[in-house]
Amino acid sequence: MTRFLIKRLLLTVPVLIGIATLVFLMLHLVPGDPAQMMLGESAPPSDVADLRARLGMDRPLYVQYGSFMKGVATGDLGTSFRTNRPVTSLIAERMPATFELALVSMLAAILVAVPLGIIAAVYAGGAIDHAATTLALLGISVPNFWLGPLLAIVFSIELGWFPVSGRESLGSLVLPAITLGAPLAAILARTTRASLIEELNEQYVLAARARGVSRTRAVLAHAFRNSLIPIVTVAGLQFGSVLTGAVITETIFAWPGIGRLLIQSINSRDYPAVQGCILLIAVTYVAMNVIVDVAYGWLDPRIRYE
Amino acid sequence: MSRKSPLLAAGIAIVAVGALAALIGPWLTPFDPADQNLPLRLAAPTLSHPFGLDELGRDILARVLAGARISFLVGIIVVSISSAVGTALGAVAGYFGGFWDDVISRTVDILLAFPGLLLAIALVAVMGPSLGNVLFALTIIGWVGYARIVRGQALRAREFEYVQASRALGAGPLHVLVRHVIPAALPAVVVQATLGMAGAIIGEASLSFLGLGVQPPTPSWGNMLNGGRAHILDAPHLTIFPGLAIALLVLGFNFIGDGLRDATDPKKPRG
Repeated sequence: MTRFLIKRLLLTVPVLIGIATLVFLMLHLVPGDPAQMMLGESAPPSDVADLRARLGMDRPLYVQYGSFMKGVATGDLGTSFRTNRPVTSLIAERMPATFELALVSMLAAILVAVPLGIIAAVYAGGAIDHAATTLALLGISVPNFWLGPLLAIVFSIELGWFPVSGRESLGSLVLPAITLGAPLAAILARTTRASLIEELNEQYVLAARARGVSRTRAVLAHAFRNSLIPIVTVAGLQFGSVLTGAVITETIFAWPGIGRLLIQSINSRDYPAVQGCILLIAVTYVAMNVIVDVAYGWLDPRIRYE
Repeated sequence: MSRKSPLLAAGIAIVAVGALAALIGPWLTPFDPADQNLPLRLAAPTLSHPFGLDELGRDILARVLAGARISFLVGIIVVSISSAVGTALGAVAGYFGGFWDDVISRTVDILLAFPGLLLAIALVAVMGPSLGNVLFALTIIGWVGYARIVRGQALRAREFEYVQASRALGAGPLHVLVRHVIPAALPAVVVQATLGMAGAIIGEASLSFLGLGVQPPTPSWGNMLNGGRAHILDAPHLTIFPGLAIALLVLGFNFIGDGLRDATDPKKPRG
């Protein structure tokens, strides 16, 4: 297990370097002068030159790359152009809000989707299954930037149950969490259903039933445990969509997280902050994938010895 | 095939209606999507304006129909380019292996390390908001999926006996790729392309919703929803209709994708 973990961690190093390189290049390979773009087209050339010097853009590209990578490795993401504060501290301030939202919506999605998927699988082909499957496809197709405002219209404006925006009380978490969690719940319910149906057809489930194991126990303790791998994979992979979804959800509900910071930074052409947010989201996603891989070993002992 | 797949039939019907609406849209309503009727701004739906009017008094039905053109345009362009590029690169990587496989596969790994739309948001953020940049950004994130699928199929196809026989008879790599490897991967590519249409439509709408995509006054479903945000209290119809259009069209493509996947899945019993 330790060897597997070390190997898996070593394998992520080139990916992380690749991500950082791409984030660096993004700003430098784009046609036009980033300093000019930050200041706007009408800015006098002297101001542009000043900014270029301040951002270190007057140095050769490889020197800039070296110092960018060194900064990334030491947690220095530069200074935000808009607020004049270190990007790292801006991000650190916003991170708890995003993680709170992402975790609550993932948890809620799992709590709704897995039982729904199990019921659909057990009664596969029946009315409950059809209803669950249709609901799931709807959940995938309804974009969160529409679901969010719809929920706000019904539950904030018409019924007045939850606040429309902000992060003041526990109640303000409800609508953003549903908005962000709905597509995930839909995908998870589908995966749970498909994966469990496959396991339920295996001989060992029949054998367990023949030994007198109850139907519920055969489903939950035997088949479900083995169907967990695809479920965990999908949940882990979908974490990326949750992070991207957070950018939109935070914008809809004025939720003070990384996603909103990203959009605010884009709108004010604060490129160091944009780079920082994108880097952080991508690295979090990679870390999540490592966790998923390690979770396999725990769920399926066969993988450990490979 | 569709006899046993109501999903596929429903999907095709929805997409066909959407495509028709995009094609003949201007003849379905007497109003121009750009014409402003300021005294009637934010007016609720009526018989003459079934979807109501927006914040500048423009007919929302006309704008939803015009937005359908943008959505189909984005979907078709992004899917055609990214499926062609992804298929070619995936076939080369899987069939030749070695250096080119390393280069292509590592590029795919790094692009896949960015979650979903994030890379597109990043690209459009530095390149500036425009339809062209949206198409470019969605294609950059789009080709990867095809490359992965086709690479896997090419790795397998290389070992098929009929492929080896073809090589033994003197067929060159291009012949083998075009005649044997890519056709073997085609069903999976078609499924991916259908889901890719849904993905590209949502992608454009997301970017436009964030103000990073198609710029007003050109109507796109995403920027219409963005415009509706400020009026969610007093005029929810600005939000309801464009969103409904996106959800329906995406549902249609997802139905088709699901139906095709079931139909082409050899493990799935067919009635």
